Amino acid sequence: MEKIIERPHALIDVPMHYCPGCGHGIIHRLVAEAIDSLGIEGKTVGVASVGCSVFAYNYFNVDMVQAAHGRAPAVATGVKRANPDNIVFTYQGDGDLAAIGTAETVHSAARGENITVIFVNNAIYGMTGGQMAPTSLPGQVTQTSPYGRDVSAVGYPVKVCEMLSQLDGPAYLERVAITSVKNIRAAGRAIKKAFTYQTEKKGFSLIEVISTCPTNWGMTPEKAMKWSEENMIEYYPLGVYKDKYAEEKK
Amino acid sequence: MAQKVLMKGNEAIAEAAISCGCRHYFGYPITPQTEIAAYMAKRMPKIGGTFLQAESEIAAINMVIGAASAGVRVMTSSSSPGISLKGEGISYMAGCDLPALIVNVQRGGPGLGGIQPSQSDYFQATRGGGHGDYHLLVLAPASVQEMAALTVRGFDLADKYRIPCMLLADGTMGQMMEPVLLEESTGEKTEKPWALTGTGMKRKHNIINSLSLTPDELERWNLDRYRRYAEIEKNEVAYEEYLCDDADVVTVGFGISARVAKNAVKAARAEGIKAGMFRPITLWPFPKEALLARAATAREFISVELSMGQMIEDVELAIKCTRPVTLCSRVGGMIPSPAEVLAAIRAADARIKGGI
Repeated sequence: MEKIIERPHALIDVPMHYCPGCGHGIIHRLVAEAIDSLGIEGKTVGVASVGCSVFAYNYFNVDMVQAAHGRAPAVATGVKRANPDNIVFTYQGDGDLAAIGTAETVHSAARGENITVIFVNNAIYGMTGGQMAPTSLPGQVTQTSPYGRDVSAVGYPVKVCEMLSQLDGPAYLERVAITSVKNIRAAGRAIKKAFTYQTEKKGFSLIEVISTCPTNWGMTPEKAMKWSEENMIEYYPLGVYKDKYAEEKK
Repeated sequence: MAQKVLMKGNEAIAEAAISCGCRHYFGYPITPQTEIAAYMAKRMPKIGGTFLQAESEIAAINMVIGAASAGVRVMTSSSSPGISLKGEGISYMAGCDLPALIVNVQRGGPGLGGIQPSQSDYFQATRGGGHGDYHLLVLAPASVQEMAALTVRGFDLADKYRIPCMLLADGTMGQMMEPVLLEESTGEKTEKPWALTGTGMKRKHNIINSLSLTPDELERWNLDRYRRYAEIEKNEVAYEEYLCDDADVVTVGFGISARVAKNAVKAARAEGIKAGMFRPITLWPFPKEALLARAATAREFISVELSMGQMIEDVELAIKCTRPVTLCSRVGGMIPSPAEVLAAIRAADARIKGGI
């Protein structure tokens, strides 16, 4: 019998620590599939961040460094500048990328640093037990917004792709989701394109993946997917926010 | 061929770094060390290196972490407030056992402080400065020549022991011009099988990381690191002694303070006072044994520093409080004059002769 699907080689066969129904499992797989399909595993270096995905270094079968909270794009910059032939990616959550690491995010994008950023947005701090994130939705109940995110007091969510799209530096920015088979397939294509751009030295790319956090949202995995589809995507519309090279082709 | 040139201390650091193979510099402007960045910005593009002005000190030290992880010789430089910002990254480097050179051209503090010379980051440098149990290997140059020589030694020791190394200078050292002999590097290269260069599909993936949620593992990492520190303490202590053999009064100082003290010692000798100067070159490891040996004959010690009294604690610990140690210092960017140090030496001598 022909084997038509198997674990990507770039994903190590070990039990993951993620909660049942967590989006990281799917997104890890999409990243690993992109690495496999481009044949770049041997020259890829990953940068893990702080948050639930801190242990990503145990799961990806590539050289990995674990960065301080928010600093992954700066660490990736150092790795890339040292060995420009390596393919370098960061894997960051919303607290890491859009709160404590905002400066590193904006400036690595502005520099057009030739790295790939995988940005997992699940609108909450997962690792520390469900606090309000920079991307938590207005009215969203979390441990630190127990009466719902009050925008008059704490302001509005940060729309990372929209914000970065105003810069001249980035080559490719796209927001994707994992709420359906169709969306997962589109997310996989976007991630692969981001890595492809890096191999072609086209510069900075960031893929924002709208994800879920069933545990801290207090929902079943199924309900979390539905909530993500109905609430997250409405606030964070999917699509390509910048593609320098598509624009050039026109 | 080695050649003698007139250079600013800051420029000597930059040129020495390039001479020993550093091709990656990440920094952020801050007085009084910006000449290092300016020099790197001019030179690096011409020799295939990287100069990158980061968006912050925090980003700069994390870029250093990335490049060090990739196995190249890399450095950053800053001055006191900027070093505080780098503290988190420096702690991570210690936790990840990453070699690199960090230059601190100190200025007066605390807070934004001033832009004139200071040595008040001594505690920060020698105790680690960031969170957790760790040390930096700290080198203290006292001339432009040493700015160059200790830069090279710093890179070599960092690689040898997989430890972040700090060159602790001050605004005077950074700004003064002196002739310097730029020596060609021996080019000794350390193998770095741990570096992140891609597996090449030939080996297991390398991980550089300071996280362990398993207490006995994290304890083991700390113990292993401190075994390495013990090796450094055994092998790498460096200091200079001047007229210490018969000295009753020994001044202890590093960097610019040592130069002032040396002048004062000469003046004291001319007056017939048996004075000597002891200059730690490695601040961590501190030359404890050598100083303790001096306490066998010397009667009093004077700690000369540009701080409210930081190194003095290491002097007292080194000699196990067997002799009196007094402080002769100026702060805020002020530097004691040789006359002020001489007055302190005379006072110590009078106490000794008075049998107090």
